[in-house]
Amino acid sequence: MNTENDPFFQTKTFSHGIISLNSFALNKPALISYCCFIRQAMPCSHYTPFSHSKKYIAEQDRAGGRFNKELTYSRSLSLRQEIMKWNGWGYSDSRFLFNKKGQAEFTGKRYRLSGLILPSLKDWFEGTFGANLQHRSPATPSLNLSAVAPPNLNQPFVEDLKAAGLTVSHDPEDRVFRAHGHCLHEVFALREGRIGRVPDTVVWPSCHSDVEKIVELACEHNVCLIPYGGGTSVSSALECPREESRSIVSLDTSQMSRILWIDEKNLTAHVEAGIIGQDLERQLNERGFCTGHEPDSMEFSSLGGWVATRASGMKKNIYGNIEDLVVHIKMVTPRGVIEKSCLGPRMSTGPDIHHFILGSEGTLGVVTEVTLKIRPIPEYQKYGSVVFPNFQQGVACLREVARQRCAPASIRLMDNEQFQFGEFCFFLILLSFFCFDPQHLCVATLLFEGDRGKVLQHEKQVYDIAAKFGGLAAGEDNGQRGYMLTFVIAYLRDLGMDYYVIGESFETSVPWDRVLDLCRNVKERIVRECKERGVQFPPLSTSRVTQTYDAGACVYFYFAFNYRGLSDPVHVYEQVEHAAREEILANGGSLSHHHGVGKLRKEWMKESVSGVGLGMLKSVKEYVDPQNIFGNRNLL
Amino acid sequence: ICFENSMQNIVHNSDVSSESGDSTECVAEEASLILDEMAHRLQLSTVRFFVFTLSKAFKRLFRSVCVNEEGIQRLQQAVQEHPVVLLPSHRSYMDFLMMSYLLYMYDLPLPVIAAGMDFMSMKFVGEMLRMSGAFFIRRSFGGDKLYWAVFSEYVKTMLRNGYAPIEFFLEGTRSRTCKSLTPKTGLLNIVMEPFFKGELFDVNLVPVSISYERILEESLYARELLGIPKPKESTSGLLKARRVLSEDYGSMYVYFGHPVSVRSLTEGKITRSQYNLLPRCIPQKPSADTHEFLNDAAFRLVRIQEENMVLKPWVLIATLLLQNPDGMDLSSLAEQTDWLRHLALAFGAYLDWPDHEACSEVISCSLALHRHLLSVSAGHVQLSVTDAPQVESTPEEAVFHQAVVVLSCASYRNQILHVFLRPALLAVAMQSANSNRKDDVYNCFNFLRNMFSNEFILCPGDSVQDFEEACYLLMKRGVLQVLEHEIVMSASGHSTLAFLSSVLDPFLQGYQVVSRYLCEETNENLTEKEFIPAVRNFALKLILAGRLKCYEALSSDLQKNALAAFLRLKAVRKVKVGDQVTLKVNKIAVNSLEDTLGKSDVTSHQNSWCSSMAMFEIAI
Repeated sequence: MNTENDPFFQTKTFSHGIISLNSFALNKPALISYCCFIRQAMPCSHYTPFSHSKKYIAEQDRAGGRFNKELTYSRSLSLRQEIMKWNGWGYSDSRFLFNKKGQAEFTGKRYRLSGLILPSLKDWFEGTFGANLQHRSPATPSLNLSAVAPPNLNQPFVEDLKAAGLTVSHDPEDRVFRAHGHCLHEVFALREGRIGRVPDTVVWPSCHSDVEKIVELACEHNVCLIPYGGGTSVSSALECPREESRSIVSLDTSQMSRILWIDEKNLTAHVEAGIIGQDLERQLNERGFCTGHEPDSMEFSSLGGWVATRASGMKKNIYGNIEDLVVHIKMVTPRGVIEKSCLGPRMSTGPDIHHFILGSEGTLGVVTEVTLKIRPIPEYQKYGSVVFPNFQQGVACLREVARQRCAPASIRLMDNEQFQFGEFCFFLILLSFFCFDPQHLCVATLLFEGDRGKVLQHEKQVYDIAAKFGGLAAGEDNGQRGYMLTFVIAYLRDLGMDYYVIGESFETSVPWDRVLDLCRNVKERIVRECKERGVQFPPLSTSRVTQTYDAGACVYFYFAFNYRGLSDPVHVYEQVEHAAREEILANGGSLSHHHGVGKLRKEWMKESVSGVGLGMLKSVKEYVDPQNIFGNRNLL
Repeated sequence: ICFENSMQNIVHNSDVSSESGDSTECVAEEASLILDEMAHRLQLSTVRFFVFTLSKAFKRLFRSVCVNEEGIQRLQQAVQEHPVVLLPSHRSYMDFLMMSYLLYMYDLPLPVIAAGMDFMSMKFVGEMLRMSGAFFIRRSFGGDKLYWAVFSEYVKTMLRNGYAPIEFFLEGTRSRTCKSLTPKTGLLNIVMEPFFKGELFDVNLVPVSISYERILEESLYARELLGIPKPKESTSGLLKARRVLSEDYGSMYVYFGHPVSVRSLTEGKITRSQYNLLPRCIPQKPSADTHEFLNDAAFRLVRIQEENMVLKPWVLIATLLLQNPDGMDLSSLAEQTDWLRHLALAFGAYLDWPDHEACSEVISCSLALHRHLLSVSAGHVQLSVTDAPQVESTPEEAVFHQAVVVLSCASYRNQILHVFLRPALLAVAMQSANSNRKDDVYNCFNFLRNMFSNEFILCPGDSVQDFEEACYLLMKRGVLQVLEHEIVMSASGHSTLAFLSSVLDPFLQGYQVVSRYLCEETNENLTEKEFIPAVRNFALKLILAGRLKCYEALSSDLQKNALAAFLRLKAVRKVKVGDQVTLKVNKIAVNSLEDTLGKSDVTSHQNSWCSSMAMFEIAI
């Protein structure tokens, strides 16, 4: 679809003026035209570059050409801490705030939304939560180092590490930074300046053999190792177990971030597991390839983390989830190294040992190197969106798309509440023309990838199906903005927390016939639980379908509320989330689609996989790690 | 439209087609026939016509119809929130007519009613009922899987779409005795299943208690209980009922209870995830724990119905008159009624006693309304046959005539039984335990409770609770002192205990008659069908011989319940011989049950009651 010739675009007015339409010309040839949203949306990397040079140049935003900037970073182990928030999501320079005029704005220069004013966000924010810009709940400005307990060091172990030439730190900032993921309670505590148990030592291996050495020494000195990748866990997986009396060592894989080789004949790449998603993708792009694995956290999450949690990427319909992408995994365990002997695409050699590793959540060892499938960068990419009169119709459409197995690279369906939230960056002026009830309509966002002819054909097929369910095409822009929301939504939580609003997202997977019922029941349960627990304003309780499968879908819930008047908001939050999870399970949903179990959802493991299933997993743990060196106590 | 889809599902998924070997088309056709027979067709014009007629009829029948309006408001609220299931008590045909009428008058959505098939055969009225929202179900379809599947899908679809409340009777049928019947769980399971399977966030169950100052079917029921078969419902029958219209039936009371949320009811009791592993369109038999839950819930709902039942003074009078078969003086009747009123109130009865009226005034009003059951002469009231038979009758017929009066009267006493039941069981238990030890009394209590659990609404598993409740009520009343290991009767408690135990007396006697019959009279080949007439004859002989004074032993309801209890306690078992079911009696077991029952023996008991009455007179 050529946007210039599309009457839909010509009739459009740009009330918010976020970005001009022309910057989205997506039909330019080849690589330049590969206008991956990520590259527009995301900043240059801050992690170890492929070349391993101390300087590198990041060229940003080729298509828009709005800023090219040379960034110089000195390589530092604590680089991440310097450019990222210590008590919130993402980069320090990127945050939402309400300026003096009371208008919302997104700071920094990293995202397409950066530097823009979002006038309608305030109304949405105040209207939805009953929040007031006068009532602020600011975070503690900086980390109070005296609140950090002195490290419980295993001196001989530290000595041996140093002797082996490994970089070690006991710096409180380093330790606090690696003591948490991004669960609400974790971030909330940090904002209040409360620091719980943190690792006593941080160690940075730079290659597989470093890890072997560390694990060997850990076994020898009986210390607890907690692998740390990108730190984006939302399952309390990184929390140090309170009952752990041994010295806790955070094993930070960030220095193991090289692409070791690319095999163009077999389309595979061998990569160190510490590499961060966006770096991996960018470096492969430079060679004309991609993995296509794009979880929402890909700016910050690591390859090893994906493997350890059974991650899922937005474009799994084309590229598959992480378990489909890996060809070979190397993991260091207290028993030694586990790996397969060849790179064959499939094996019948008993149960797949990869599946002991995938989703092991750091309880068995450290994933050090992974061989991944790679693909040539697709020739053409196109966003799209469809408006449905209501959520039921939308789900029916997605179901039909899945039935016909013609799902685009990504297809997501937001419910009405989420649409209203997203409205500040959607342009749906023509709604009145569509005569849809704004209280019921919902939006599906689409992303097509492939060669141009096929994409256009595919697009037509999907829009034809949508039309059968009352869906109306609502343009590429809206689709793209929908995906942009994915990356900024985590920043929004920090804004909420500045004004007494706390929230979180959680996910599940569920058979098709139960999708609607599950969404309705869980949303209603949340509202009801909030009311019963004294939350003053109705919470935001929204859902969206983010992935389609043959037999079901992945459903995401966003849930937030205004906690003014509550003495222990986090406790209330946790009770409500607990109730919501119970409701999910009662409605035929799974414990987790891709976030994992961690310590947050451990209590339901037995119910989820049966006592025998749990016993099997425990016996594997018992064999691989009898000393419980990998003692983060996740999962089991 | 939605329903058609699920119908297809039924046809494809139910194992009916594969079992019978019929083609899918055949099954589909059969299913659609069932649906035609069952479905309702709501037509507002019919409803309006119906309402018009009913309002005329109601105005002639009843002095007033009392509704708790706050209950209506709660219902209005509940209808907004979640699908609603109305669960009225069932004492009369008037019940569901009145329900629809009331909901219409209060501007609530008209309920869709699961009515018995026998209504459908009333040609004109059947169609009318259908058009005002009734759908018809066969009385028994236990074996017919397709029927069950179509029916449950029909109900669930209506519930899921939520456009109208569903109404059905937990008790399954009209109670002929005005005692609540042991609830059925089949329909309850159907309306709860959409919640279990996550199709609905919640379902509100609204128990409704409907009580009548005088029941239209009063003598009809009594005759039926005595074995005079009930006429098949027909339009002409209803026309004959016009005679009924000219009589005064006093007031009618409809109490809408608090909505009970299925979600909160199931909390911690049902793991809904057990429904995760089967496609939801496949009908699933309730698991053992679901079944237990359903049973428990059904009992609780019926108890709520009982508790909200509005009682009239006549109920108290009937209780006293039954205990005094030789009649009472008006003055002592007034005194004792007043005493009983306070006892009932203390036990939590929902009594509609007119304010600012002298007790004697209230009593004479009640007596007037029920004059056809009484003879009053020279200040002496007695239960008796008023419209004496024209032809001189045989002694048997005379007994039956008297029995009709007694059973009619008993149906009023039965309305208040739930108030006295638990204390009465305790009173009898204390008598038969012959000990003050709490354990002994509890064991007796438990035995009696177990024995009578087909007779009264006693939630299974609530034995200890019921015992404690009984102790508490009697302690509060100053009748008992409950110590750690002992239960001691206080000096003033005797009359109350005596009254309470004689409340249960007809049942104790009736059960003893049944057990004596089973021990003494049965031959080897007693079939289930013959049982009721045979026991009736046995009881009749005893009465004629002057060995039994308890006319209630003639009631087929009591006899059925007694048999069910013996079957449950394995003193009798059913054996299928050919196409007949015979009853095999374990005489030793029955004997021992009778012995235990007999500890609170009729005669000794009667004596104690008499002596206590004397004491009671003094106390007053």
